[in-house]
Amino acid sequence: MELRKDYFADVRKDGLNEIGQPRPRLDSPGHVTGKTAYFADRNFPGMLHLKMVRSPHHHARIRSIDTSEAEKHPGVVRVLTAKNVPHNVYTILILIQVGPEDETVLADGKVRWKGEAVVAVLAETQRAAQEAVAKVKVDYEVLPAVFDIEQALKPGAPLVNEYHGQNYYLYDSGECRKVRFGDVEAGFAEADHILEQSYQSSPIEHAPTETTGCVVVPEGNERFTCYTNTQAMFFTLDNTSIILQMPGSKLHFVGGTVGGGFGGKVDVIVEPIAILGAKLTGRPVSFVYSREEEMQISSPRAAEKVVIKDGVMRDGRIVARKVTGYTDAGAYSRHSPYGAQKGAAHYPGPYTIPNVWIDTYCVYTNRTPSSAMRGFGVTIGDFALEVQMDKLARLIGMDPLEFRFINAYRDGDMKAHRQPTEGAALIECMQEASRVANWPVAEKYMAMSSYRKGA
Amino acid sequence: MAKVPVQFTLNGSEKAEFIESGTTLLNALRDKIGDTSPKGGCHQGTCGACSVIIDGELKLSCLTLAETCGGADIKTTAGLAEGGVLHPLQRAFLDAFATQCGFCTPGMIMAAKVLLDRTPNPSREEVVEALSGNICRCTGYEPIIQAVLTAARASSQNAA
Repeated sequence: MELRKDYFADVRKDGLNEIGQPRPRLDSPGHVTGKTAYFADRNFPGMLHLKMVRSPHHHARIRSIDTSEAEKHPGVVRVLTAKNVPHNVYTILILIQVGPEDETVLADGKVRWKGEAVVAVLAETQRAAQEAVAKVKVDYEVLPAVFDIEQALKPGAPLVNEYHGQNYYLYDSGECRKVRFGDVEAGFAEADHILEQSYQSSPIEHAPTETTGCVVVPEGNERFTCYTNTQAMFFTLDNTSIILQMPGSKLHFVGGTVGGGFGGKVDVIVEPIAILGAKLTGRPVSFVYSREEEMQISSPRAAEKVVIKDGVMRDGRIVARKVTGYTDAGAYSRHSPYGAQKGAAHYPGPYTIPNVWIDTYCVYTNRTPSSAMRGFGVTIGDFALEVQMDKLARLIGMDPLEFRFINAYRDGDMKAHRQPTEGAALIECMQEASRVANWPVAEKYMAMSSYRKGA
Repeated sequence: MAKVPVQFTLNGSEKAEFIESGTTLLNALRDKIGDTSPKGGCHQGTCGACSVIIDGELKLSCLTLAETCGGADIKTTAGLAEGGVLHPLQRAFLDAFATQCGFCTPGMIMAAKVLLDRTPNPSREEVVEALSGNICRCTGYEPIIQAVLTAARASSQNAA
């Protein structure tokens, strides 16, 4: 590794003790000896296995549920439905006042995506649980479903989620998160060229090698120890407390060792129902996603559509940018209203543009609920923005890297969402990239700095 | 369900258990014997996290029935370090940052060990081929490949 100390040399002390030095990872000795304890490495006598009955339909009304045959199946200890869950309708971000509660722990009257949890079966063995799942009879009335962001926003589209009342998340700013900066129409009128392009992505599964799950042990003091691979320990603790109407002092979460997460393990899905199972049976409970569930049931990165309209001058300046972003939340909010909002702040990109107009929609469809994944809300946006930057450079016959130097944000620039730029390093990163990639740019760009005069 | 006796050697120790017929070696090792170093990532033979060595051959313990392992010599990553001294592969995985979440690591080390036991000085292509049945979602594989090549060099220097 090469440490370049000539950038920002005047504002940085060179007494760097850690940066540039290889340090052993503290968890590696456990990994290479097989001693690291993941949640599933805990095994307790009498442990029950939880398996879910899942919706085979994308959108359906539940007429009736008959669990009698499943309850009689050898090895089955308990069968749970919505009526067993103390506070069955929840939403993860209610902890930071992002409501309404819109998702059921176990489906109650309706399913809104294919794979939604309907009935939980607890049995002595995985096999008995799986066999009993097949014996639960659910009578569905199939409803029309909507799978496309734009179709979902059209009048007359099937209503996905009654807790919202319409197929988009209602922000305090209205049907979308909005950023308004300068006068975008005046910018387009002034521009030498206008380029409008549309970009789309599919959902992306994290596919961690360790599937989502937890092991719960009822303790003698009416507390429950939950060994989990959640990436969001306190979100999980607090949401479980709400769902089970149980004080947090009764819940002891043990975690921090995650066999790959990438954002896919921040939802609160397996823990509340497993703890409820342990409470109602008095036995340890293991709820571990199969590989199929991990791929089909766990939240993916949202599908997104990004429409970018730019006004650009022949000299390389972008004078207006209008972005409409759509995030496919699937049937429930989870973390998507936050992701779509993050996109609104991010969409101008790391560029200083005087006239900006952003609308980002969080849209509900009958698809698998999406949620967090590495830079969600901005990663697909960055793909769209940087492809757009290349197209704009080509349009005006300019080198794509030089085009980015001209528009790069620098310290003191006001961003469209009214946060002044501080500590920018885009210019310097591009200068280094130019050297390393042997992609030369004009000397005046190599002499630029992220510092503005007087800033 | 009928229980069957099974007896084998695990990392040099004799083990004897009564297991339910149809139990996988992975579940027998983890739930019965208490060696949790083989991991269950897919239970369908596609991820390699459960890899163990049976009579010198690399095997997927999630697709191996425990009752077929009578008399076998089974090795897992938990038994690789001798007297507290890390095996060169373990040392190299540590030094090369070849672990992140660590879930694939025991299986990777098993696959690498079978390779080095047979081919002490493998080419990069041979390393890639030997690890091709093991999925890692964190590292991008390159540090793992480098760790195996480094371990091969370290082992051949010690042997010289």
